[in-house]
Amino acid sequence: MALELASTKGTTLARPVPAESPLAIRGLTVSYGQKPAVFSVDMTVRAGEMTAIIGPNGAGKSTLLKAALGIVAPLSGQVQVFGRPLAAQRARIAYVPQRASVDWDFPTRVIDVVMMGLYRELGLLGRVRKSHLARAEECLARVGMAEFADRQIGQLSGGQQQRVFLARALAQDADLYLLDEPFAGVDAATEKAIIAVLKSLRAEGRTVVAVHHDLATVTEYFDNVFLINTTKIAEGPVAEAFTAEALQATYGGRLATAQVDQLARALV
Amino acid sequence: MSGAEFVPLSLPPLLIGIFAAVACALPGNFLLLRRQALIGDAISHVVLPGIVVAFLVTGVISTWPMMLGAAGAAVLAVVLIEAIRRLGRIEPGAAMGVVFTSMFAAGVLLLEQSDTSSVHLDVEHALYGNLESLIWLDATGWASLWDIEALRYLPPELPRMAATLVVVALFTAFFWRPLKLSTFDEGFARTLGIRTGALGMALVIVAAVAAVAAFDAVGSIIVIAMFICPPAAARLMTNRLERQIGWSVLFAVLAAVLGYVLAGYGPLWLGGRDAVSAAGMIATVSGVILALAALFGPCRTRVGAPGQG
Repeated sequence: MALELASTKGTTLARPVPAESPLAIRGLTVSYGQKPAVFSVDMTVRAGEMTAIIGPNGAGKSTLLKAALGIVAPLSGQVQVFGRPLAAQRARIAYVPQRASVDWDFPTRVIDVVMMGLYRELGLLGRVRKSHLARAEECLARVGMAEFADRQIGQLSGGQQQRVFLARALAQDADLYLLDEPFAGVDAATEKAIIAVLKSLRAEGRTVVAVHHDLATVTEYFDNVFLINTTKIAEGPVAEAFTAEALQATYGGRLATAQVDQLARALV
Repeated sequence: MSGAEFVPLSLPPLLIGIFAAVACALPGNFLLLRRQALIGDAISHVVLPGIVVAFLVTGVISTWPMMLGAAGAAVLAVVLIEAIRRLGRIEPGAAMGVVFTSMFAAGVLLLEQSDTSSVHLDVEHALYGNLESLIWLDATGWASLWDIEALRYLPPELPRMAATLVVVALFTAFFWRPLKLSTFDEGFARTLGIRTGALGMALVIVAAVAAVAAFDAVGSIIVIAMFICPPAAARLMTNRLERQIGWSVLFAVLAAVLGYVLAGYGPLWLGGRDAVSAAGMIATVSGVILALAALFGPCRTRVGAPGQG
């Protein structure tokens, strides 16, 4: 029912695709120490579509996302969100961090986490109204977690925790969704639920960018790919940029030739 | 006990103990969840060299220079801890351990080398404080609470500790949402535009203010205990941060009252003759509360227990 609601919303509320790119990155370099994690990367995200950021471990995928969000400070480079600097556009961005990045023992309930997505609306001391709670509950229902609202977050499975994070991002009601490995370590039912929600976001004209690990599902889930291994390897629609050569260049020896052949065949 | 005895002798230390305990327990809740709980320990140790230096510079035991010295040392320690953590790329706990032991040792050395034997400034005082001596001799009974003339001679620690508690409580209430958000998920908080670095620093500074004020009134034992024991016990009582704060305040008050009463009368009940240190007893009671919560609290989980994650 939740999905039905989302899709009808999508047809009625379809937004005009804005002229500017939701996320345009120029010459981004980020370093945690001596070695750059991301080096001189350009990225132009296409509006109203789903883009996968793909690369091996330690390739700078998460760092790219965090720099785009202003969580880590870049050494150099520019980030523009819908044609303006990030600081002016925070209300238009929603973020789903890696599930493992927080302590799930934290004393809070599922509904409280979702309410965090409303912080920009509520501000420091704004009163929580019934309408706010109703919206948070609606977001939980959209990820199939309505009955877990009062649970302590530590009592959830990994997949359920991931869905709670997605519900919090939904509460942000943003135009650009950035997700860091939303499918990492989740069960099949959760993966299905998450991809359905992401597709419904796209149907509403919103833009989705996700760090993604599973090469086998890229074609099925995403419109565009962005291949990175510290530097940008390829960027574009799946049909053009997600090629065996580009993957070989991204993963180097780490991707077995057999895997590349298999993927190449699948891609034809 | 009659009001004529209770109001001048017991009410001020009792209130100071309660205010100090709650002022430390409030920021302690967040420090605990940020795995920075030992910062209370760190602050209460590092203020010693600050106090000694303030004494050496001014040559008198006077509250304001000492508070300033303590605050200066606390800020220096916080900066040093951050610098060592970032430059050395090590855990905050390790950075704290290095800084507070070194600074406390430096304080003890300074104290030994300087001529402080003639004045009441020693390690014992730093550790246990002097809660029992904070009496209000101008009070004659409950009526004195409305007597402006008598109120003027309240021990100055009492209004100072009350003001500190108000500051700490206001900070916690005003920044409740960003504090909770950035403690749970710092990266997400930053994407909302919350300045998590500045907020984290503000939290530590508020904790330092509470620690220095409490240290001055009741000694470092209570400070260390109250930053950790009531919040840790409270965490075991509930799975909601809002309620955890409530429990921690309740435990802090309970520890202060029970500890004070037990210190004064416990030994007599056991047939002894002298009272024991109130600060030590308050800290002990808070530890007992934590032990009971760890054994019987409803929300205990073992890290890595099956069914997690």
